[in-house]
This record gives sequence, structure tokens and C-alpha cells, in this order.
Amino acid sequence: MSSSIVEKFQSMEYGPAPEDASEVTKWLDAHKRSFGHYIDGEWTAVGKNAFDTKNPATGEVLAKVASADANDVDRAVKAARAALPGWQALSGHQRARYLYALARQVQKHARRLAVLETLDNGKSIRESRDIDIPLVARHFYHHAGWAQLLGDCGANGFEAEFPGYAPVGVVGQIIPWNFPLLMFAWKVAPALAAGCTVVIKPAEYTPLTALAFAEIAHEIGLPKGVLNVVNGDGRTGAAIVEHPGIDKIAFTGSTEVGRIIRKATAKTSKQLSLELGGKSPFVVFDDADLDSAVEGLVDGIWFNQGQVCCAGSRLLVQERIAERLYEKIRARMETLRIGSPLDKAIDIGAIVDQVQYDRIQSLVATGIAEGATCYQPSVDLPAHGLFFKPTLLTGVAPSATVAQEEIFGPVLVAMTFRTPAEAIELANNTTYGLAASIWSENINVALDVAAQVKAGVVWVNATNLFDASCGFGGYRESGYGREGGKEGMYEYLEPTWLQDELHSAPVTTLPEPEAPIGDPTDAPVDFGIDRTVKQYIGGKQARPDSGYSYPVYGRDGRLVGEAPLGNRKDIRNAVEAARAAGKWAKTSAHGRAQVLYFIAENLVQRRAEIIAKLAEFVGPEQAAIELDDSIERTFTYAAWADKFEGTVHNPPARMVTLAMKEAIGTIGILAPDEAPLLGLLSLVLPAIAMGNTVIAVPSERTATLMGELYQVFDTSDLPGGVVNLVAGKASELGKTLAEHDDIDAIWSFRDAAAAAMVKAASIGNLKQVFSNDGRAIDWFDPAQAQGRWFLHHATQVKNIWVPYGE
Amino acid sequence: MAAKQDELIKSTMARTPVTLYGRELAANQRIPLNLDWVEEVRVNTSAVERRAATLGARRSVKKEWQAAWLLRAITCMDLTTLSGDDSAERVRRLCAKARRPLQDHIVKALGIEELHLAGRKGLTCGAVCVYHAFVETAVKALEGSGIPVAAVSAGFPAGLSPLAERVEEIRRSVEAGASEIDIVITRAHVFNGEWNALYDEVAAFKEACGPAHMKSILGTGDLSTLRNVARASWVAMMAGTDFIKTSTGKEAVNATLPVSLVMIRALRDYAERTGMAVGFKPAGGIKTAKQALDWMATMKDELGRSWLEPTLFRYGASSMLGDIERQLEHFATGRYSAAYRHPIA
Repeated sequence: MSSSIVEKFQSMEYGPAPEDASEVTKWLDAHKRSFGHYIDGEWTAVGKNAFDTKNPATGEVLAKVASADANDVDRAVKAARAALPGWQALSGHQRARYLYALARQVQKHARRLAVLETLDNGKSIRESRDIDIPLVARHFYHHAGWAQLLGDCGANGFEAEFPGYAPVGVVGQIIPWNFPLLMFAWKVAPALAAGCTVVIKPAEYTPLTALAFAEIAHEIGLPKGVLNVVNGDGRTGAAIVEHPGIDKIAFTGSTEVGRIIRKATAKTSKQLSLELGGKSPFVVFDDADLDSAVEGLVDGIWFNQGQVCCAGSRLLVQERIAERLYEKIRARMETLRIGSPLDKAIDIGAIVDQVQYDRIQSLVATGIAEGATCYQPSVDLPAHGLFFKPTLLTGVAPSATVAQEEIFGPVLVAMTFRTPAEAIELANNTTYGLAASIWSENINVALDVAAQVKAGVVWVNATNLFDASCGFGGYRESGYGREGGKEGMYEYLEPTWLQDELHSAPVTTLPEPEAPIGDPTDAPVDFGIDRTVKQYIGGKQARPDSGYSYPVYGRDGRLVGEAPLGNRKDIRNAVEAARAAGKWAKTSAHGRAQVLYFIAENLVQRRAEIIAKLAEFVGPEQAAIELDDSIERTFTYAAWADKFEGTVHNPPARMVTLAMKEAIGTIGILAPDEAPLLGLLSLVLPAIAMGNTVIAVPSERTATLMGELYQVFDTSDLPGGVVNLVAGKASELGKTLAEHDDIDAIWSFRDAAAAAMVKAASIGNLKQVFSNDGRAIDWFDPAQAQGRWFLHHATQVKNIWVPYGE
Repeated sequence: MAAKQDELIKSTMARTPVTLYGRELAANQRIPLNLDWVEEVRVNTSAVERRAATLGARRSVKKEWQAAWLLRAITCMDLTTLSGDDSAERVRRLCAKARRPLQDHIVKALGIEELHLAGRKGLTCGAVCVYHAFVETAVKALEGSGIPVAAVSAGFPAGLSPLAERVEEIRRSVEAGASEIDIVITRAHVFNGEWNALYDEVAAFKEACGPAHMKSILGTGDLSTLRNVARASWVAMMAGTDFIKTSTGKEAVNATLPVSLVMIRALRDYAERTGMAVGFKPAGGIKTAKQALDWMATMKDELGRSWLEPTLFRYGASSMLGDIERQLEHFATGRYSAAYRHPIA
């Protein structure tokens, strides 16, 4: 002992500090290191169809886990379906008790879950113990609260907190391997709180904590079938996605798989929320606390080995301080400790799998080949296991592969900027939009950048803060939907009327207009002085690029006029105009309200004229109602413009999280045939009230009405480009819109085929899809056709975390 | 007397080269006041607190390593008594404890009979820290041990007596045999941004110290904000202080990890900019062995091995030693220990 202590007194090394894993080993042995699925409250046997799950730090096989095929998934879905009525019949309080019990059990077994997580995933015990598992418990506590407050689900849904909204039903959930139990909690807790039942598939690299959780759920007596856990790889995931008995899919994982899921569910009315990849900017201004920013990077890119979807992986640093910051980062990298994840004094554990390790290595090699300077600290790595040194790539051009692609490893790429404007431009120069971290001691700079960056989560002078009360989720190709907070609860709810069979009758599909050649047998029509209806693009009337028009007939079959026949180029021009009108989002809400009121005023002014035109299609009686309802609806959205507000979340620390409702951006709208004026306005108005710009395709059968409408817009101070109207074949124009990479959302309120088409076509940039799924909406019923459902889809929530204190 | 004191100071300061990131550093010397460095200070309180909150959880030292680290803590400890009821006898007891902080059976069980700092006999505390009135008593009591006596001075704890008197007090303590002087700054200079006045004051104190080693107490509990702490650290370092020290132990809040982190970062930047090393002394409120380990891990990770020597790192503590003794006895015997089993100071 003697020389040993003297020598250590001199060296002052840390020495090993291993967490004891024997309890977990016992638990694994007690299960004979073999796990089935948890379906309908029972464990299935492990047959031939099984896979090994390994400890990535050692390569040791931890357990054999059954792999689910379509039959297993089918049984799980049926169990969830069977359990649904009983689960929904419980009071909110009863559901809250179950969620509370789950939270409590997670706390009681916290260390077992943490050690198991570390063994299966390779993340450091410090992180699983201090971050993952406490957040899991917090998530169940928070959502026990939601269950309690939701109360009973009656005819008007969850009357107290979400009037008009009811549980979406059976939910299929697919989660990743980077935060196995935390992602499980993020998925399961809100679903159960909302009265949904669940079929969930943990990632094949890391199934064990989900199975341990299922055991806990069983122990607390969670009713059978409410939570079903099936294991397997992508094939099992596909079986869940494709299962017709599932009402909603919630997925966290890669953007690539997100696209596959969007496409696979296109023909169904399954709701979808996607939490996908990121290449999040970490922006450091010259007035930042640099030492704290360096620690922010440690928590940003060297947290969980960099295997974090919202990792601050793209360092943007103001040129003036770049070298100084890089020096500080390099010095800090030297003190990061890499090694056995079970060691309590380790910062960086093991990469989850060889496949990931190889990918990281190859991307770093690409980065170097493309000109980056690579720095890795001089630390020793363990002889075995998948350990990757923390890596800093400097001198990276925005065009470099490593600046654009998500690496999903402990690799930071750095580049410089000169001005705040350039910082924002670089920050937004990505197809992703998950998170951003902004460092400046000047609150004006920080909040200005926070407002302009395209990301669902923004941390000011912080990074990777999470809480159950705050929404998490992305912009752009980082996905859609939010997890956490009130905004997250909406993902497991849907309007009650949508679930009402009477209202969900399909829209009748009308034949598309024929080629623009007049029937030679038509009698000449008296137009008075010839009236030319054109496309309405950028606030100007524009001739259709095609140079063709098509006849539009009244309900009596009489030709009432001709509408421009739009094509791809009209859409292209309209999208450019809409994008150029982006300033609209920055117009004050009061300013937007004034424009909307003015539109209503001008509709009143032209009432008789518009009713006369509308009557040709729908008869005088409906025309009058439609116009008057349109005026009222315009008032409604003028009223909402400055009242559909964000909230301030209160995470358990000295900070506020501002949940801002921001416009989605540019929205393509396919309007219904049924109520030609009211239907179109019911979609355009909420979109523009919230600051979006739109390209709307009016019903092709009544498109000449656009002529009346744009005259109203023109006289109402609506800036050019905010609303663009392009007439033509909805299927053709809709496809161009849905495929357009510079459109942020596509709304289809036509038939089921149109909905399926836009969903499938949306995968290019994973734009948000909002649709009636082909179900008829009564545009005259405000309960269905106006209000929060539309406003919710016209906005996306950006959570800006602002810690404070001096 | 003076020659002996010089020798003592030299032997205390004798050390292997001080390095930061592989760069060798010189001892600190006064440099002209650079106000840009003071104004450039940026401290984000929330971010610092988050870092500090996880420092203790990110590092864990166990078994023989923990024993070695706790022994290291003893050698970096300024065993302190600064009470109104201090007496000569009380100070002599403290000195006896500093000479022999651990009982023989523990020393033997740990096999560290030969362990000692340069110029010392056996394992000792870093220094003994007393009021001026007891300097001579302490010097006498520590004779031959190699343990320096530190005197709090310059109007400790408030620092509000006339400047000339404060300077004179330092001289008298040095004359009385103190080889380390812990001064307090005028906190109002910080509140009012009177950086020149603060610089002049600290420089004057340093001059008065002569060969004695000077620690500047910033009164971080009084300064209240972390930015104030960082700015005061910079000015004191430029004025030539050997150490920056958190608190008097008399403030409402004394040494905390966030405050320490800010001071450590300041002295790290200072070392990088000037090539000179300044030491750090957290004082007040550090009572447990676990805290001792947390602070050492912070020094090691933020600054490196050189800052785990008493030449650059001290704890101001009185009750921490008792807890360390209990932990070391537990390590030696395998049985949890009790406070009464260890001789008090």
C-alpha cells in the first residue's frame, strides 16, 4: 500500500472509479439473458427469430432479444386496440395515478435503469445517472399532471384543457438508440396521459431499458394492452408503420427513415410526428463568455459521444475571436476523459455500434480530404471497445460534406463569420432545423438571432437543456410535431369531429375539367365587355405561362367565363413571389389584423357583386350565406391574429423558456370544391393571419371567382405576394407544390387521392402536410372549419431557452 | 530571523517548474494595469453555475487514489483560526495539529511515514493562518517544522482602516515572522470601478510584503456578482499578487464553486497572456473531504497538475481536516470513523 499511495500522491491521477454493475448482471441472469416482447400484459417466448444486444464498450453480448415479425406486431396492435376503450373510460385522475406510479418506480429503480442503459448503449454512467433517468422520471411526473388536468373525455373531448380534442387512438412509436429510455418516456408518457394505447419498438441496439420499463409497468398493474413493447430492427418498424390498425405514428430517428415513413403512410389517415436529424449551429459572438461557451460545447457535441440529434455540431464563431476560442477548445479537449462508460469519472463513453463508428471515421476522413484541419487530443483510448476521440475540424467551408451532413459522433466542425447577419445566414444554411445555441452577453444580439434562426429549440448561452414542460422538435427536415409541454400533448389528440363518422364521410370526387378546347356546339356567350381572369402572383395579375385558358361552367352548365390554365412555371413564379413576401411574418400581428379587417370591409363593399358571381356556381341562397360567413370568418382570423399567442414554460431552473408560435413560412393550399369562396378563405385566412405567405389553388371548377377575390385583396392593403392564386388542374399544380423544396407546408383539403398524393410528394424536403384526409368538412360549421385546429397547423412552436442571473 | 524567514519562504516555494498546457510559467510580478483586460471580462452566471453544479458529479476519486488526494489536501490546507476569542494557547494547539495532522497509526497504515513536502518533516498542513497578534506565537510554535505562518492583514476582514495603517500592519506582520500575508481589498473600489485605486492598493500591499508571499482576499461574498469577482481578480493579478483568495470567512457567502471557477478561469487567462502563474485559495465554507476532492478535481481539470501544489493552491479551512482524518481512518481500517477519535486542534 505504502509506495502506492506515495506514488499516487505525486501523480495525482484519478484512478478507476467503477460503478458496480452486479445488480444489473443479476437482473439479466434472472431473465436468463433472454427477452421476448411484452404484448397484452404478457411476455412472449424467445424463439429462433432473435438478435443479440451488446455492450459496445466491451463487445460482450448482454442478452438475446426476440425479433418481432408482422404477426407479432399485429397481436400487439390488436391488444392495444382492445385496451383502448377501457383506458379511455378511466378518469383523468385514474390515468394520472398510473403515470405517477411509473414515475415513482423509475425513481426507485433509478440506478438499475442507469447502469443497464450504460451497459447497453455505451454512454457514461454520469450521464445515464444524472441526466437520462432523472429526465425519464420527470417526464412521467409532468404527464401524470396532464392526465389529471385532462380529466374525462366527453362529447367535446377533454373539455377542461383541450376542448374539442380527443385521444388519437392506438399509437405506433419507433425510437432511436441514443437516449433509449428517455426517448421511450418522451413517447409513452404523453400518449398514455392523452388516453392513447401504445405499441412501441425500441431500437435494436438498445432494447433493454424499454424491456425493464415494461416489467415495471407490469408490476404497477398497468392494464394489459395499454403498453406493448415489441423488439426488432427496421423490418419490425415497417410492420408497425404499415399496420392498418394504428392511428398515429410517432418516430424519432434519421431523416432518411422519416422520409420512408412519410411515404409509407401517405395513403392512410395516420397522423404522423417526426423528430429527425440535425446539424445544429452553435453560434459564438465576440462578446460571449468564451470559457462558458467551451463548456457549452462539451455539453453540446461531446455529450453522449455526440450521438445527439440536437448536438451543437456546427460551431460558428465570430472571426475576431476564432483563434482564441479554438485554443480554449483544444485545451479543454485534452482534459476530457474517455474510457469505460461505467467509470464515474469518464466524460466520453463508447460509440453504440461498429456501423456508427465506421461512419464517423469515414466522415472525418472526408472532412480532412476536403481541406479541414483536424485536431484530436493526446488522450489514450482503451485497447478494446468502440471509442472515438473527440474531434475538432477547423477551416471547414460551408460547402464541405462535414458542414452539411449529420455526423452523429463527437466531431465538431468550425467556421467563422463576420457579422450577425452572416451568422444567421450560415446558421440557416442547412436543410435541418432542430436546434441552435447562441452565445453572447448582449441580450439584444442573442434574442435577435434566436428569433431569426430556423430551429425548433434555441438555447441562449446554454445547450442541450431538456425538460418535460418544454416542447422539443424541429423545423424543416428535422421533422414536425413537438414533444413535451402543452404543444407536445396535441400530438396525441385530434379534433372530436374528425372522429365522428357522419363528418368523416369522404369528399365526392368531381371530374377534372377537360382540355381547354371549347365545345364547338356551344352557343356564343355574352360576357358583356370581355372579362379576363388571370393568375394572381406577387400582387399582380399575370397571364398564365401556358398561354391557355379553360372554360368554367356554372351549375346550370352554362359557360360563365374562362380561367387561366396554370402550369409548373406559374407555381414556380408564385412560390418565388410568396418567398419574397416573407416580411409579412415580421409585420406586427396588429398590422396583419388590420389588413384582415380591411379585407372583410371590402367583401362587404362588394357583397352584391360577389354573391352574383358565386350564385352562378352555388345558387343565390348558398352564395349569400357563403359570403356572409366569409366576412365573419375574416373577422375571426383578424381577431385571432394577435391572440394565438405563445406561452412561457417554467423548467425547473432559473430560466424562462419562451414557446413562440412562429409562422411556418410559405404554404401551398389546395382548396376544396364544395364551398368555393368560404372553403378557400377558411384555409388562406388562418395561414396569413399567422404570418405565412400562401400559394392557393382554388377549386378549378369555380376558379373565375379569383377575379373577384384578388380585387378585394388589392384594395385591402394586402402586400403583394402574401396571397398568390394559381388556377389550373389541382392534381397537377398540387403535385408541383407538394414537391417544391422551397415550400414549408402543403395543405390539401380535397379528396383522399389528393391527400395521399401530397403526402407522398412532400418527402423531398419533408414539408409539413395538413389535410382533411379526404374527409368532408362542413365549411359552414365554425366548430369544424375555423379555429385552433387551423391555427395550430399554421404555426410551429419555437422554444427559446433563456437562463438569466447575474 | 530574517535570513531564516527567507530560507523558509524559498523552501516553501521550491518546486518543479510550473506549467500550463506544457508552457513553463514564471512567478507573478506586477505589470502595468491594462484596463482592456478588465473591461473585456465576460461571465455568464447561469452557465458558470451549470458547470459548477456538475463538477462534483463528473469526477470521482476512489480507494488509494482518494487517500492520496486527501493527503494532498492536507498539504494544501491553511489551518486557520480567526476568531475574536483566539488566544495564544489556542494558536499553539493549532500549530501542533498542523505539524502532526494525522495520528501515527493512520500514517503507518497508509505507509506514508516518508511522505513530506520539500523542507518539511513528515506530512504537515500547508500553513497556519492567524491574526497579526498571534504571528510570533505561531512562528515560535512552528519552529523547525518548515510550516509557514500566514497572517491576515490590511484591516482584515473589512479592509476599511486607513491605507497607511493597513500597509504598516503588513510590515509588522512580516517583521513578526509571517512569511505569508493574506490581505483584503477595498470592496468599494470594485463597486465603483476604481480600478486604478484598487491596483495601487494591492501593489502597495505587495511592496509592503517584501519577500513574503501575498494572497489577495477579494471578499467574493461582498462583491456579489461573478463579473465583479473576475474584474477584481484581474486587477489584483496585474498588481502582482501571488495568490487570489475568495473570502474572509466572515462574509454571508464564502467560497463557492461558481466563484472559484470564475477566479480560476481568470488566472488561467492571465497565465496565458503573461506567462506568469498566480495561485488560488478558496476559503470559508469548505468543510468536507468530498468538497476537498471537488476543488482539487476542478484545479486539475481547469489548470493542470501544477495547481495541486501548495505553492499554487491552498484551502482556507478549519474544520475540513477533521473530516479528512475520518475518511483516511476509514480507508486504513475499513471501519467508519468518529470525530471524537481524532485529536482536535
